[in-house]
Amino acid sequence: MDLRGKKITIHDMSLRDGMHSIRHQFTTEQMTAMSTAMDKAGVPMIEVTHGDGLGGNSLNYGYGLHTDEEWLDAVVPNMTQAKISALLLPGIGIVKDLERAVEHGISTVRVATHCTEADCSAQHIKAAVGMNLDTVGFLMMAHMADEKRLVEEARKMVSYGATTIYATDSAGYLLPDMVSSRIAALKAEFGDEIELGFHGHNNMSMGVSNSLAAIEAGATRIDASLAGFGAGSGNTATEVLVAVCNRMGVETGIDLDMIEDAAEDIALPIMGKPTRISRDSLTLGYAGVYSSFLLFAQRAEKKYGIDARTILVELGRRGMIGGQEDMIDDCAMEMARAKGLI
Amino acid sequence: MKINCALIGSGNIGTDLMYKLKRSEVLNPLWMVGIDPESDGLLRAQKDGMKITADGVDGLLPFIKEDGVKIAFDATSAYVHGENNRKLAELGVKVIDLTPAAIGPFCVPSVNMEELLKDDVQNVNMVTCGGQATIPMIAAVSQVQEVEYAEIIATAASKSAGPGTRANIDEFTETTKLGIEQIGGAKNGKAIIILNPAEPPLMMRDTIHCLTTEEPDETAIRKSIHEMVVKMQKIIPGYTLKNGPVFDGKKISIWLEIEGLGDYLPKYAGNLDIITAASVNIAEQMAEEIQGV
Repeated sequence: MDLRGKKITIHDMSLRDGMHSIRHQFTTEQMTAMSTAMDKAGVPMIEVTHGDGLGGNSLNYGYGLHTDEEWLDAVVPNMTQAKISALLLPGIGIVKDLERAVEHGISTVRVATHCTEADCSAQHIKAAVGMNLDTVGFLMMAHMADEKRLVEEARKMVSYGATTIYATDSAGYLLPDMVSSRIAALKAEFGDEIELGFHGHNNMSMGVSNSLAAIEAGATRIDASLAGFGAGSGNTATEVLVAVCNRMGVETGIDLDMIEDAAEDIALPIMGKPTRISRDSLTLGYAGVYSSFLLFAQRAEKKYGIDARTILVELGRRGMIGGQEDMIDDCAMEMARAKGLI
Repeated sequence: MKINCALIGSGNIGTDLMYKLKRSEVLNPLWMVGIDPESDGLLRAQKDGMKITADGVDGLLPFIKEDGVKIAFDATSAYVHGENNRKLAELGVKVIDLTPAAIGPFCVPSVNMEELLKDDVQNVNMVTCGGQATIPMIAAVSQVQEVEYAEIIATAASKSAGPGTRANIDEFTETTKLGIEQIGGAKNGKAIIILNPAEPPLMMRDTIHCLTTEEPDETAIRKSIHEMVVKMQKIIPGYTLKNGPVFDGKKISIWLEIEGLGDYLPKYAGNLDIITAASVNIAEQMAEEIQGV
């Protein structure tokens, strides 16, 4: 694979996707420490919000230690060069939440829908464009749509005004050739008019490989996070991606030593237990299930006595998608009842 | 004599209403109003012998008096409902609003119908599909004791959500939240909606979490919830308590499944039926009042 001379923008997820792995409990001090270190290391974009995006604070997804605004205020004023983004899932967050985030200094928004439901994003993408934001259409669970469908859905987001489109591997299910074909299909449709991005999860240990496949096929924005801090087995580790890019001659603008230090000295101690591929998080990738279901399924295992993997596989079989955390207890109770456990 | 009704909007909701009204003992669906002469709803209405117009509500107005139309159902959009309602109100028509416009008071029949009939309101708003499904459960808890916060997650099959719903997702979340507070009786509310594309399509599911201010009275709340489920099953038989109530400290969680009647869309589209069935329910009561006069 020859990627020499390519330039990419790494978008760090530690302060948003990382929320999932600590139940949205980042302190503002931790947010400041991680973001400041990344800003100094040259990370150009950093996402900040509840793991489920603006408005994600809820009984369903978990209450954050702080509000999105408090988290943004702990990050935005300290940035010397990094731009801050927020995630917004229509159906969870609303345009009013976005307006507040803009007041608190975001310059990019990523409007996220399930990969077949892009027409739910019209209201939010149009509003974002109206606020002059760098507006990204974020197609989640991209393994559940084939290339043709993904292009159709992307076309809708572009028609509303999105200028970047992401193929988002929320389940960490995709293998490199599946990433290549999806990004290549988007590239064939949009050429250089629309920027393309890839968001990976490391559930099958494909984080870096999939990111390289995406870069080769034409993606220039790649999501990653410090020490892989993110849902499930985590995202692509930023420091590893930077190292690989350095060797392959891909320009990231990020200082390797400094990003390694940020991951090792700042992110890892905050993680509690290091993000790794466990039998449960591997199951997410294997069965194609939304990565943030992990901790919910593990808690359901404790409550109802059904193995987390069995619950996750069943959720995948039932076609549950991102945001359906409420169905995890429901499914576990049903299975426990069938076994006479409750 | 049956009371003549007009259906405004020929999309999923309007067409489903048509089939439900045809079974009514007190209501007669006489007119279907659309804007697209080729729409499936208008074609079906015409085939079924209803009067139709593709000129929007203005195409109906000249016939209101001579056809004795007393009740109209508006299933268009929040943006045009205000104008539609103004024109219909001038001609003395009662309006059931199935858009999220919410000009009139919210109506969740199993919770506040009697109150609305007593006040003889001209326009009632049916909140949202998710609201019709979940607000009765929240009310069942708040009738026992104070609910500090209630949150609902409504999941509908992608195929059951039309373009209007999709283009206005925020109206769903915001209107449902208000309904949770005003009719459900929670001090604060939150609503989440998910559209799931699984094939075959999934039944509508609704999850409700309530936080009570004081320790919950488990026995009384269980009883109240079960009574409300029975009440709801009279409006829509496929209203089922799947799991719960689960008590966890002050949190009470309830999982519902709503199977539709399969009138226009198949049975998975419980989200469609829950709001159309509730609308027919309130309209029939209004019709009986009109007949009584």
